[in-house]
Amino acid sequence: MKIPPCLRRLLALCLLACLPLTAQAQEDDGQSLLASLDAASYAQMGGAIEAIVDSGDPRSRDWLEALLGGKLQRHKESGRFVVVLENRGRNWPVVDALTGEDLGEMSRRELDRIGINNSLRGQLQSVLAVLDLRVDDVGARREAARDLLGQVDEAMVAPLQDLLEAEGDAEVARLLAQGLAIHRLEQGQVAAVDVLAGSLNGEVRSALSSAARSDDPALAEAAEAALAGIDQKLRLNRGLETLYFGLSLGSVLVLAAIGLAITFGVMGVINMAHGELMMLGAYTTWAMQQLLPGQPGLALLLAIPAGFLVAALAGIAIERGVIQFLKGRPLETLLATFGVSLILQQLVRTVISPLNRTVVTPEWMSGSLMINEGLSLTLNRLYVLGFAMLVFAGLMLVMRRTRLGLEVRAVTQNRAMARAMGIRATRVDIMTFALGSGVAGLAGVALSQLTNVGPNLGQNYIIDSFMVVVFGGVGNLWGTLVAGLSLGVINQVLEPWAGAVLAKILVLVFIILFIQKRPRGLFPQKGRAAEG
Amino acid sequence: MIPSSTYRSPRWLAASLLSLGVAAPAMAQEDPIKVGILHSLSGTMAISETVLKDTVEMLIEQQNANGGLLGRQLEAVVVDPASDWPLFAEKARELLAQEEVDVIFGNWTSVSRKSVLPVVEELNGLLFYPVQYEGEESSENVFYTGAAPNQQAIPAVNYLMNEVGVERWVLAGTDYVYPRTTNKILEAYLKGHGVGDADIMINYTPFGHSDWQNIVSEIKAFGSEGKKTAVVSTINGDANVPFYRELGNQGIDAADIPVVAFSVGEQELTGIDTAPLVGHLAAWNYFMSVDTDTNYDFIDAWIEYTGDDMAVTNDPMEAHYIGFNMWAEAVRKAGTTEVDEVKDAIIGVSVPNLTGGYAAMMPNHHITKPVLIGEIQDNGQFSIVWETPSTVAGDAWSDYLEGSKDLISDWRAPLSCGNYNVVKGSCGGGEAQ
Repeated sequence: MKIPPCLRRLLALCLLACLPLTAQAQEDDGQSLLASLDAASYAQMGGAIEAIVDSGDPRSRDWLEALLGGKLQRHKESGRFVVVLENRGRNWPVVDALTGEDLGEMSRRELDRIGINNSLRGQLQSVLAVLDLRVDDVGARREAARDLLGQVDEAMVAPLQDLLEAEGDAEVARLLAQGLAIHRLEQGQVAAVDVLAGSLNGEVRSALSSAARSDDPALAEAAEAALAGIDQKLRLNRGLETLYFGLSLGSVLVLAAIGLAITFGVMGVINMAHGELMMLGAYTTWAMQQLLPGQPGLALLLAIPAGFLVAALAGIAIERGVIQFLKGRPLETLLATFGVSLILQQLVRTVISPLNRTVVTPEWMSGSLMINEGLSLTLNRLYVLGFAMLVFAGLMLVMRRTRLGLEVRAVTQNRAMARAMGIRATRVDIMTFALGSGVAGLAGVALSQLTNVGPNLGQNYIIDSFMVVVFGGVGNLWGTLVAGLSLGVINQVLEPWAGAVLAKILVLVFIILFIQKRPRGLFPQKGRAAEG
Repeated sequence: MIPSSTYRSPRWLAASLLSLGVAAPAMAQEDPIKVGILHSLSGTMAISETVLKDTVEMLIEQQNANGGLLGRQLEAVVVDPASDWPLFAEKARELLAQEEVDVIFGNWTSVSRKSVLPVVEELNGLLFYPVQYEGEESSENVFYTGAAPNQQAIPAVNYLMNEVGVERWVLAGTDYVYPRTTNKILEAYLKGHGVGDADIMINYTPFGHSDWQNIVSEIKAFGSEGKKTAVVSTINGDANVPFYRELGNQGIDAADIPVVAFSVGEQELTGIDTAPLVGHLAAWNYFMSVDTDTNYDFIDAWIEYTGDDMAVTNDPMEAHYIGFNMWAEAVRKAGTTEVDEVKDAIIGVSVPNLTGGYAAMMPNHHITKPVLIGEIQDNGQFSIVWETPSTVAGDAWSDYLEGSKDLISDWRAPLSCGNYNVVKGSCGGGEAQ
């Protein structure tokens, strides 16, 4: 494909020399090419796209990309074709599609879109992918080759064969060979099955499944055998996938519950406003992204300390304002904090909005990490999983290695004795509550990447949080971790055959039965104070 | 209750005192026409319903600027049922019994409509319901300006079957009455068109469901068995955001497994990064991207009213636009806001819709609408890829369900029946099932 440098210079010279003439000629060509695109019905547009590719016009790639993005439009009055640069809001900046001339802003009223549908989108993507196969970047070539799986048609076979022979990267070559083999399989060639056997790709499996239903017994049999091998591997991957789903759901439960494990377990305070503290953390993330427009990733990182602080301060306010007056009266505390939770929700509704806020997921957190072609882990969940483990480890350190942790444990075990030893129990209460609330804020920051940020966010998690804490054994951080992760896995194992609604109910029933047997949860606290 | 005579006396007294001081023109000023707005401004449905409240308020403001109705001004009475279904019934009672509104525009979910229904019928009110729903209902006091299943679900499935060649179907919905009934109709329809049991997967999730990992992965596996697969989504409310996010993250491309949604419009997409979702479908009777002058005027008015340059319009807003204009036209025709007279006058009324045609009120209290299929674009708008050649009249009773296909609804005298059985020739009481 490479043109020797000397030849290239010659070509450039020639192009420069003939420029005025060709530009004129091209413009007419381009206008008619685009006009045929515009006039055609969806069924005929495929032909018009091929005509553009065949024309070899240097601008054709830009046109096709604009068409794919819905940005190739026609000015209604003048009939001029334009490319819209930015299509949000009412007035859009546009450039001329033929000359690239900047035409300023146009209202969407004046423009007529050249629409496409999914099948044309597929065609365009494969045309662009064939073009991408010629670029130097190996990553882009792999991407393009993967896009082509299942999209190869008769017209593409010859150029793809050429590219396959010239290809240096083994992975790209393998994908191209598979792409061509899928096409051959569709033509009924039994030999193609050998190339495809063992691949975990969804398109390959899909093609083999169709072939297995074909009328040709030899083809059907070969495809069947290849499928059986693939299914074997897929089952293993499917198991791993379920485990990952379970752990990621479990990590969300752990994050939501671990702050509660501190306030409920250590202090004995039933804080119904725990969910709303998470909500505050999530809103902090949103606020940070508003403050730092265009930098969602940085805003998210900064939201981690900010979310902790905001929720911790709110926690202190709740402790000082409500809970300290109700010490030792769990039912009254429950009612009062439930009231606080309603107030916080309504506050957010009134001050910010009842509508959900959009929290942007940074580029590096979207998409998935491909382990193999049958197993890929979604990145946002992976980050949340890691974050939950970090928070857990950090909290363990605080409880085990700091003076605060020591005092908290002392006050928990025997309040009167701790006070006699000179520990200021009230101050410890405040700090413990602030710590638990701050961790709830951290959970909110993580949740903003998974679910809606709205006034109801906390409500959806409060039941789950109590469930995890009670199941794990009140006041035990390890218990919370094990309980959260195992409930997540149980839920995800049940879900495929019970459905999401029933799985939730079954998990609740399971916990009720478990608590009947072991009222103190998985890891009960030991010692005279706890059992008294 | 306080007897109405004593209850009214202070106002009567005030009026006579006023008349002593102020001259005759003040006396001629009649009470305003009260328009009740019953939409959730908080809770899980606020994401969808808040804009509908604003829409009706804008329409009222425009009507008042044009001289009101019958020479009287209109006044909005807004209540917030907070996405709490029983509260909808209470608030509807408050609107009709205490505020004595002349008409109500409201509700989104079917469960809230079902809760309001007995109240509106008991107190003889008028309710304009603007959202696509599952059908199987007809009330003398309710006007359904959203789509019935034959104006949305059935044409969408036909499009996928005939134009896209879909053979396997995932029916995914939120667990309540609208998705369940719609999926029942769709299942019957698909089986009637030769789709086997193994090629239909049905899945329900609770309201506000946020963990979609397993379901999306199952859909992916279901779709990799060699037959073209599509997802018909009746997932409602804010559960859609994590659902679409998961679709994007797990790399489900619209070219492989398209998702057609009946409850996701421009408003819902504003909370989502739509770049990975390009090509997924929605079936509605209106899209903001419709290229007509009436639509551009409506959008301009809406943007001016909200003061937000990025504000979007959607299908239920158009339904309120049509419903409001139909009601105003019927009041003008009847010369009064009396419920019974407006009810009779409105059948046959025809007003412009925003897609360049007309919507007419049918005797079964449903309206005529075009059906559009749109594909999601990267800017959160839909590009229209298919539409019915003419408008479709809404069916109260589905032609595909046992026990429902023999029923018709006609609220004109002498029939005046919501569920007339054409086989038995009688008007049954209550609902069909």
